[in-house]
Amino acid sequence: MSAVSEREAMEFDVVVVGAGPAGLAAAIRLKQLAPDATVCVVEKGSEVGAHILSGAVIETRALDELIPDWRKRGAPLNTPATEDRMLFLTETRSYRVPMLGTVMPHMSNHGNYIVSLGEVCRWLGGQAEALGVEIYPGFAAAELLDEDGRIAGVATGDMGVTREGERGPNFAPGMELRATYTLFGEGCRGSLAKQLMARFDLRQGVDPQTYGLGIKELWEIPASKHRPGLVQHSFGWPLDRATYGGSWLYHFGENLVSYGFVVGLDYANTWLSPFDEMQRLKTHPSVRQHLEGGKRLSYGARALSEGGLQSVPRLSFPGGALLGDSAGFLNVPKIKGTHTAMKSGMLAAEAVADALANGRPAEPRSYTRRVRQSWLWTELRDVRNVRPSFAKFGTLGGALYSGFDAMVLRGRAPWTMRHRHADNEVLDSAAGSPPIAYPRPDNKLTFDRLSSVYLSNTNHEENQPVHLRLRDPQRWRSVNWDLYRSPESRYCPAAVYEAVDTEAGDANGPRLQINAQNCVHCKTCDIKDPTQNIDWATPEGGGGPNYPGGM
Amino acid sequence: MKLLVPVKRVVDYNVKVRVKADGSGVETAGVKMSMNPFDEIAVEEAVRLKEKGAATEIVAVSIGVQQCQETLRTALAMGADRAVLVLTEESPEPLAVAKLLRALVDREQPGMVIMGKQAIDDDMNATGQMLAGLLGWAQGTFASKVELSDGVATVTREVDGGLETVALTLPAIITADLRLNEPRYASLPNIMKARKKPLETIAPGDLGVDVTPRLTTLRVAEPPVRQSGVKVGSVAELVAKLRAEAKVI
Amino acid sequence: MTALVLLDHADGRITPAARSAVTAAAALGEVHVLVTGAAIGAVAEAATRIAGVAKVLRADAEIYDKALAEPLAALLVRLAPAYDHVLAAATATGKNVIPRAAALLDVQPISEIVAVVDAETFVRPIYAGNALATVRSTDARKLITVRAANFDAAAAEGGSATIEEVEAGEATPAVSRFVSTELSTSDRPDLASARVVISGGRGMQNGENFKLIEPIADALGAAIGASRAAVDAGYVPNDYQVGQTGKIVAPDLYVAIGISGAIQHLAGMKDSKVIVAINKDAEAPIFQVADYGLVADLFAALPELQAELAKAS
Repeated sequence: MSAVSEREAMEFDVVVVGAGPAGLAAAIRLKQLAPDATVCVVEKGSEVGAHILSGAVIETRALDELIPDWRKRGAPLNTPATEDRMLFLTETRSYRVPMLGTVMPHMSNHGNYIVSLGEVCRWLGGQAEALGVEIYPGFAAAELLDEDGRIAGVATGDMGVTREGERGPNFAPGMELRATYTLFGEGCRGSLAKQLMARFDLRQGVDPQTYGLGIKELWEIPASKHRPGLVQHSFGWPLDRATYGGSWLYHFGENLVSYGFVVGLDYANTWLSPFDEMQRLKTHPSVRQHLEGGKRLSYGARALSEGGLQSVPRLSFPGGALLGDSAGFLNVPKIKGTHTAMKSGMLAAEAVADALANGRPAEPRSYTRRVRQSWLWTELRDVRNVRPSFAKFGTLGGALYSGFDAMVLRGRAPWTMRHRHADNEVLDSAAGSPPIAYPRPDNKLTFDRLSSVYLSNTNHEENQPVHLRLRDPQRWRSVNWDLYRSPESRYCPAAVYEAVDTEAGDANGPRLQINAQNCVHCKTCDIKDPTQNIDWATPEGGGGPNYPGGM
Repeated sequence: MKLLVPVKRVVDYNVKVRVKADGSGVETAGVKMSMNPFDEIAVEEAVRLKEKGAATEIVAVSIGVQQCQETLRTALAMGADRAVLVLTEESPEPLAVAKLLRALVDREQPGMVIMGKQAIDDDMNATGQMLAGLLGWAQGTFASKVELSDGVATVTREVDGGLETVALTLPAIITADLRLNEPRYASLPNIMKARKKPLETIAPGDLGVDVTPRLTTLRVAEPPVRQSGVKVGSVAELVAKLRAEAKVI
Repeated sequence: MTALVLLDHADGRITPAARSAVTAAAALGEVHVLVTGAAIGAVAEAATRIAGVAKVLRADAEIYDKALAEPLAALLVRLAPAYDHVLAAATATGKNVIPRAAALLDVQPISEIVAVVDAETFVRPIYAGNALATVRSTDARKLITVRAANFDAAAAEGGSATIEEVEAGEATPAVSRFVSTELSTSDRPDLASARVVISGGRGMQNGENFKLIEPIADALGAAIGASRAAVDAGYVPNDYQVGQTGKIVAPDLYVAIGISGAIQHLAGMKDSKVIVAINKDAEAPIFQVADYGLVADLFAALPELQAELAKAS
């Protein structure tokens, strides 16, 4: 099946994997600094923005530095954040956190914009192309070119391979995109970044990465209810006090509302279903009042890195570097990663431009130094204890500690809390987890998984190998089913995993059905499977969600 | 023989369209656009004819906004040799498209025009037939098989309840149905090479065609939501109702 | 106002779709129908009896025998000046001929209308039926194809029209020639065009159980389909799949057996005229769209259904 011998190759100075904010900022910065450099961006989504999922309220700090006249160039940042609310929820009530700007200074959104990050990326893509960057959406970087101890580029996946792994009638071999430097901006839990971390031992000496799963819906609501600029966050109900997470709700654009929910993937209760938590939170008055009478337009989900500074790996290696959320530059208390992702891309580009001009050393080492000397590092350092404090003290303790950290210590605590465990290590057994009863969807405000996935415009060519593989197929029955009762069928927000034949009388006994076509590329299974038995590999390029404008 | 292949840029078939709240149309802003799937089949057929030696050159044509260039680049990556964009502000109606294509046929003198049987946005299923009428050419619509020999195209057509085969004296118009072929991927190397193939842009005025629409869309609405019916108590009751009430068996 | 309908017929019979087009035309004015073909005396005779038809134009000549688009469009162009509207059912013939004639008349045709609003305003589906556009034509003459499922067929009996002969066009050097037809001979109709479709879902439990559906499909002359869940589980091949990523079907009768009714499946069959669902889960979403729902274990219901259909059909 390998088509290595017959695939074509193309040589570039720099190849960027992933057309998100980090990758596009890197490409743009490179062409600004080294206009003659050849820069190629590959993107597995069918178009730029197709796989971009975020809230999003963004800080313009990095954009101001990258493209100072972005307003004049029509960047789609049209709704300034004007009103900030942080709510603590009980089942029926909500309490507004007073003096938010003082207690939680990172939560102040003054000067920020509510955007569709997909639209922002489409615009950034246009800016990059105008500078001569070649962008190829619909092609997934599937393989590292690992030669002579360094990464020499990537190869795109073969197309037209059948489900059985044979060459179909339309087989087209992948292509080698060779480069002096390859920058990986695959987002959280990138499939190649994962290989790079193992290959170059990039995680040595840092804490395990911890993750969250963000699930989002886009709504159109009646104009009479719409308050563009309103930014609301909540914590508390419906999660218990040991589980980290909360919701966002932003009014922006033309009668649009972005509603979403993040759950820390270090949750312990195997019965927990992030999707259903997100659905039932909509029945709370503090959310319901915004959405009722509206129409749900789109849906999607994506994992995000929450480890912060303690979990950032070594950033460069021979032949390239990690960018954005592939490295884990999200600022958790701010719930923002776009400005940090862009900044990391720009700093990597500066390091690479410098290296290109100075003898092309194997590793663009100055990237790490540039990061440490930038505001990106200071910003993440100051909030490094917030997320771990929630893991340590629970929701209320974490909130109290965070206020203390921000107001009294101002982020300069002499200690650093550690992330002790990877997210997959902390799940409790089915017997040891209290069951959770979720309400049925009403199909007006709340919905089931499949009708949700439908709105993500997700599709994959059917006749291709399943891109979600069990390393040991037997283990599902003995571990995932017997011990945990199939947690993947609950944490997967796209109904990819289904335990079937689970009734006592079924002869074959329980087995796992993988509906790979539904996959929205959130990567949660690759993170949370208790024994890391699920491997998320990139499917044929162009597959996955097609998030529309507004998402 | 030269082949002309018109391709249309439409909302991608994976995207669930949304009717705008004001009923003025379907939301296309920020929506993924692609080549009309039936046109992809037409391009594939043209490329196969060229590979077999039955054609010498493939000219892809698109009519519409600037971004139709992307659609043409896809056609070039699949194997078209050069492309022409007729630049208009909106996507014209089939009648205007047929007139523009007739003018291009006069200019290019192709031996055959192969195009999709319909576009999946307006679902008109008309342009090929109209172009054939304007040119006075034979038409082989809804084609599931095309064979060429001695100036005759033998076309198998998908008709109600089966297949029909007709012999067309060239030049002729072929419109592609789903089963004609399975289009190839536009591979990455070919997309890169397509950047260097010629793409010419012209205005409708250059072709002397008035593209003023004849149809006015008064409103666009979502189809009515299907209501649930009745629950029946038994198979016998079900069959009785299907016979007497619904009259479908 | 007078409308002319190009009347579809096959094997000496006027199709129900053609009579639906007559119904649509009747909403626009007096209806004349055009019957074309070779040796079509009986068909023209039958056309005079269709309720609501005032006049039958008979064009009986060899060149119209196979309903080729080129001579038929030329004939319509010749007759059109006497009419405000020219219609045909949106069948393979109607869709082939009407646009060609329209171009020759410098008219933008209106395809597959589902409703007549007034003489110049019509409703038609766009985006595979996911939206309905109301369009007004500014052309002096309207050329229209009619989606038969949305108009009741005019009664085959009850009319008393007169027949008028139409001169055949010249047999100009033909640019197209009929070679052959090959009607589907398979026992089962094609899924995409079947009048009845019966589909199985995950509830079938395995591929072997699809055999329970076969005799019922035989009795109903139905095509067999499946949900994606059943295809993904390997019960049946991929080309059985009805739904968003499979085939979109709109039969007169759709029977869903053991299908929960995920929206991806509904997207492929929701335009069916009558939907029947048999499922043991009373809460299954399929019941929200079913005209007739039966909450039952399919393994009990299918043999019963087979027996019931065998009775006095």
